[in-house]
Amino acid sequence: MDMQVAKKKLGLKERYAVMTRGLDWQPSYQKMEDIYPYIAYEGIKIHDWDKWEDPFRLTMDAYWKYQAEKERKLYSVLDAYIQSNGHLNVTDARYLNTVKLFLSGISPLEYVAHRGFAHAGRQFPGPGPRVACLMQSLDEIRHAQTQIHAISNYNKYYNGMHDFHHAHDRVWFLSVPKSFFDDAITAGPFEFMVSIGFSFEYVLTNLLFVPFVSGAAYNGDMGTMTFGFSAQSDEARHMTLGLEVIKFILQQDPANVPIVQRWIDKWTWRGYRVLTLVAMMMDYMLPKRTMSWKEAWEVYFEQNGGALFKDLARYGIKMPDCAAQIALEKDHLSHQAWSTFYNYGAATNFHTWMPDEDEMAWLSAKYPNSFDKHYRPRYEFWREQAAKGNRFYNKTLPMLCQTCQIPLVFTEPGDPTKICYREVDYKAEKYHFCSDHCKKIFEDEPEKYVQAWMPVHQIYQGNCFPEGTDPTVEGFDPLAAVLQYYHLEHGRDNLDFDGSEDQKNFEAWHGQATKNV
Amino acid sequence: MAVAAVKEYQFAPADTMDKFHGAQLLYIGWEDHLMFCAPFAFPFPPTMRFGDIIAGVLPGVFGYHPDFAQIDWSKVEWLKSGQPWTPDVEKSLADNGLKHKDVIRFRTPGLTGIKGSFS
Repeated sequence: MDMQVAKKKLGLKERYAVMTRGLDWQPSYQKMEDIYPYIAYEGIKIHDWDKWEDPFRLTMDAYWKYQAEKERKLYSVLDAYIQSNGHLNVTDARYLNTVKLFLSGISPLEYVAHRGFAHAGRQFPGPGPRVACLMQSLDEIRHAQTQIHAISNYNKYYNGMHDFHHAHDRVWFLSVPKSFFDDAITAGPFEFMVSIGFSFEYVLTNLLFVPFVSGAAYNGDMGTMTFGFSAQSDEARHMTLGLEVIKFILQQDPANVPIVQRWIDKWTWRGYRVLTLVAMMMDYMLPKRTMSWKEAWEVYFEQNGGALFKDLARYGIKMPDCAAQIALEKDHLSHQAWSTFYNYGAATNFHTWMPDEDEMAWLSAKYPNSFDKHYRPRYEFWREQAAKGNRFYNKTLPMLCQTCQIPLVFTEPGDPTKICYREVDYKAEKYHFCSDHCKKIFEDEPEKYVQAWMPVHQIYQGNCFPEGTDPTVEGFDPLAAVLQYYHLEHGRDNLDFDGSEDQKNFEAWHGQATKNV
Repeated sequence: MAVAAVKEYQFAPADTMDKFHGAQLLYIGWEDHLMFCAPFAFPFPPTMRFGDIIAGVLPGVFGYHPDFAQIDWSKVEWLKSGQPWTPDVEKSLADNGLKHKDVIRFRTPGLTGIKGSFS
């Protein structure tokens, strides 16, 4: 009689090997360079893909199971939050502007990251990084979806979020995060991994997600907070992948070191310039602050990042030079950014305001070297003028940096009284920059940045009005036409928080929820 | 340095003068007055008289600032691409040597912004 023998189960390690590297094969009738056409041109040399150490042992079947469970939990919390009118529990309706900034500035980047990792993963001949990129690609599209779902509830009640993706591709300041990611996904697969996988996910991510998620927690936004916690285990995996990519590339060939160093320098700076939006969010937009931008930079970059670059020194990698300039800017960045949005508050999809007395005191305490001297007088003047019905709205378009696309709002390193101007002549055209670092990025690859879709120039070329607009008719109002093109409603989605529909509605609804009216 | 690319990588710049319907871009900044967060970008016809910018454009742009009314235009110091420069107010932009995407700044001695804060 035959004995029934239980099938031997694969161990975790074997199972992982079978489900990842075991799925790879050597082509017999196609050349490797035809199958992987983008792997050589960046100059990175990889001698042995098998040296790739998988930073985490996760197979696709386990991935689906695990993520589905996490999302079931996330959506049940979101449902409860929505059904209990959780939006009325946020500290103050000003907080919602943080959510608008996140949805229109950051969530669309999650989607682009999904595309980027799918593309990079397809290009790597090694099965290890290919599987890791596939999973991160799926994470990123899940994050885009869950963020949109978490925030969609607010769209039922508040303004400025109704067409966030349309805005992302058009609104002047959203070209800053958009062009950052466009730059990354149009690079080769190795540069993409260094730019997003390492510089953004590893070095800078704590300065993006922690402020938004802890900001949500501090301000009663349970929806966004729950999303943040749900994404945390994915983010930890992304950071591990980013670090593994760097170490792998550097160990493969010494000729890779200067290329990687240039990418780290470039992407640390580009990422930091995007974080300008986070800096002002932390210091100005959260009614209940978590920590100042300066403190966050010191903890997450100067301390944690400092330790990381010390660790990478053994591979020949050093701290990016731009760190010195960033240290000089940390007393000024958020104030210069918020001043900019206060200037152009008629052309934004969120509201702006002047800090109140208590908030000014907080800013003075957090920025003793800069706030009272350089920014308080400006704010007090604006506040007085607004009280007289003369709120400052800057209606003339600003000059932009050709690389980061931020208006030239930053001051000279070490002199906060002078705007920093830099320029380059390239093939009979002039190009302008906000800093030496943005200038250098341009000079390294001018052909890439001469094509930049600069919002201000596009408006002047007549490309940012609704179809059929005739800008030559008598009384043509360019700002009104540009807002229509952005799908923003003047007087509702933009302008000051004081007097906004958001403010009135929140007050009325909150009153109904807490008082007997 | 050229862009690393799999094939030839050459593209026309997006902002050449021919795309601005007869105008050229001119950037203008007011030194020591950071209340205006950045220098401004303007599309002006090259034939425009420089004095018409001072008299006709700048008041609408910078006039909100209390210092603006106090400017003595005979004492203003101009910079072009960061170098001292003297415009002729009677001449056109082109005759003043201003080209597409040039950047000029003006300094107003004695005026240093709200309460001397360079704002």
